[in-house]
Amino acid sequence: MKKDKNSFWEFFASVKLALFCFFTLAIASIVGTIIPQNESPGFYIQKYGETTAEIFRLINIPDMYNSWWFVSILSLFSINLIVCSIDRLPTVWKLVTMDNLAAKVNRLEKMTPRNRFASAKPLQQVAAEVEQTLKGAGWKPSQRKMEGGTLLFAQKTPWVRFGVYIVHLSILVIFAGAIIGTLFGAKGSIMIRENSTVPYYFDRGSNAQQQLGFAIRVNDFSLTYYDSGAPKEFRSDLTVIEGGQEVLHKSIVVNDPLNYKGYTFYQSSYKADEDYWISVQNQTTGARKKFMARPGVELKWQEAGVTLGIVNLLRPDQWGRYRLKIWFSDGKGQPSVFWLDGETEVSVERADTAYGFKSEQVFYTGLQVAKDPGVWPVYIGFIIMLCGLFVAFFLSHKRLWVYIDETGNKTRVLVAGSANKNKVAFANMFDTLVEKLEENETLKLSKE
Amino acid sequence: MDSSKLLGITTFIYMFSSVIYLALFVFRMKKIGLLATVVTIIGLLVNTAGIGMRWLESYQMGIGHAPLSNMYESLVFFTWSIVLLYLVVEFIYKNKVIGAFAMPFAFGSMAYASLSPEFSDRITPLVPALQSNWLIAHVFTCFIGYAAFAVACGTGIMYLVKLRDKGDSPNSLLATLPPLKVIDDITHKIILFGFIWLTAGIISGAVWANSAWGTYWSWDPKETWSLITWFVYASALHARFTRGWGGKRIAWISIIGFLAVIFTYYGVNFLLSGLHSYGAS
Repeated sequence: MKKDKNSFWEFFASVKLALFCFFTLAIASIVGTIIPQNESPGFYIQKYGETTAEIFRLINIPDMYNSWWFVSILSLFSINLIVCSIDRLPTVWKLVTMDNLAAKVNRLEKMTPRNRFASAKPLQQVAAEVEQTLKGAGWKPSQRKMEGGTLLFAQKTPWVRFGVYIVHLSILVIFAGAIIGTLFGAKGSIMIRENSTVPYYFDRGSNAQQQLGFAIRVNDFSLTYYDSGAPKEFRSDLTVIEGGQEVLHKSIVVNDPLNYKGYTFYQSSYKADEDYWISVQNQTTGARKKFMARPGVELKWQEAGVTLGIVNLLRPDQWGRYRLKIWFSDGKGQPSVFWLDGETEVSVERADTAYGFKSEQVFYTGLQVAKDPGVWPVYIGFIIMLCGLFVAFFLSHKRLWVYIDETGNKTRVLVAGSANKNKVAFANMFDTLVEKLEENETLKLSKE
Repeated sequence: MDSSKLLGITTFIYMFSSVIYLALFVFRMKKIGLLATVVTIIGLLVNTAGIGMRWLESYQMGIGHAPLSNMYESLVFFTWSIVLLYLVVEFIYKNKVIGAFAMPFAFGSMAYASLSPEFSDRITPLVPALQSNWLIAHVFTCFIGYAAFAVACGTGIMYLVKLRDKGDSPNSLLATLPPLKVIDDITHKIILFGFIWLTAGIISGAVWANSAWGTYWSWDPKETWSLITWFVYASALHARFTRGWGGKRIAWISIIGFLAVIFTYYGVNFLLSGLHSYGAS
């Protein structure tokens, strides 16, 4: 029974399982990049035939990264990480906290790198000098008198042995963040027309309308182009309204979203409306009015006795250039009919005054809505991971022993060291330290 | 002197440098070692000047941005990273033969950037999605990682070549290569270095995606392939740390891993979107 449990435990603790997870996750992920994800059922039938599409549907291929089996591999991977870390941590803990002054001298004698010296000075003095030299080189030695001699020990960064486990932990933290996001987060989108206010969004998965608890008003959407015709900027001017109050105002662009109460609103798309803004200004009185005009629909500005409308138009091209043919009457003389060229201002002379005209397209702005309380755990996981990788790859646990004993009339010195990584660099450092000991005038060490 | 001229010259210098390193290896002409290094350093300087100039020119055009915004610019930066990294390796290991296996990658990517008709070297303004400070951090981290994997692929190939050395003649061509253990160690260390940068690249991409779209991970083909690449190298590291894998196997993984890098970098843009668009039409 115990043996069964052990082999079960060993299976989950094994690196073989980790390699299996890497391999299956990689292969499965490849499948997901070759077969387009989250398309309509019709798409798969048309592309792969009915039988294949049905098989795909059965094993969740169209949404495979969220399928039960893909999530299962990820869970298996997490269990593997946890079990393997629990399995190995006690050993590492022992290595980090062990009493290195209890090291057996005959083990030091087999270590590389190591050096042996002899000195004519008494043991006490040699030990004190060696300690000073080690201190001078940045080590913090401790020592213990033993039967027959004295052992000095110093180490640097023993905790780096935890590096690998820090990385493992970071992956679990990231997964935890992802799970928090899935359970308590929300993703969705909304299309809002300029000058409208919307208190909800549509959930990405279910398409259901979700209340925000506040409302978003789009004051303006603007689209600018480079000379080449490539889009330069999508900008939505937003106001957050809560309890009838305007609580926040921000103009967002693609890489600069708006945050409010855990929700983030991202500029993600836009759609041109059929309508146009037309503003008219009496250039004598300065009186002005802005209309939302639909082609073919008559507009009235009662106070000024003005009637106008769009009688013809050339729709926006790829640079957003359009033309509107305006019919305008202020009841004095023949109506004016003229073209408005995009957003260029036009002045029209009438009997007793001139009128300025300006137009602008009406847009819907597409906002991506996200609430993800798991983002911070994920980011913390990212930071832990980078630190952990750095520690695991580039720092090493360096240990240094000096055993001093007396035989006959001379004092013998054995210097030995070990590093768990980067042994070449450690050997160089060791040599430098040994040189320092050799150069010590008081010790007068000779090679043995 | 404008940036395209400088970068054009860079291509030729790297070609020259690759030829010298290859000659150094094939004809055992140790004397030209210094020349090889000097030429490579000059190439790197011209390359750097070219990138800097291009950066400046974009500001003069009024559309200033770091030259890391399209395939051409990324290839130029990729090349720059490979050369810089190679020179560091050469300096640390005091071995110039590695150049014969690393510099051809630099020349290849630079030549591809300059000569391929599909990439324009015109400086174009940034589309809204790229207008972010994360652009530099993301591209920089990714490409340092990619460059490391390119060099590791070179040393991996060198390992496999060295394997054919039967050791019967100390004057044979292959005897000039460093001992197997050393090559193995170099490959491993470069993979470690690349792995940490690839991780930083994926992370910076995730953070950027979250600040632009509200999702740090959306399983889009590029993200997924970067993760696949990450898995390939992660398996190599685990197999080495715990099962003592080394030598031939790590050499092969360095090659397979680099193929995954190329696919992430290049293939996803052209092959997967290609598959996708055929499917859609």
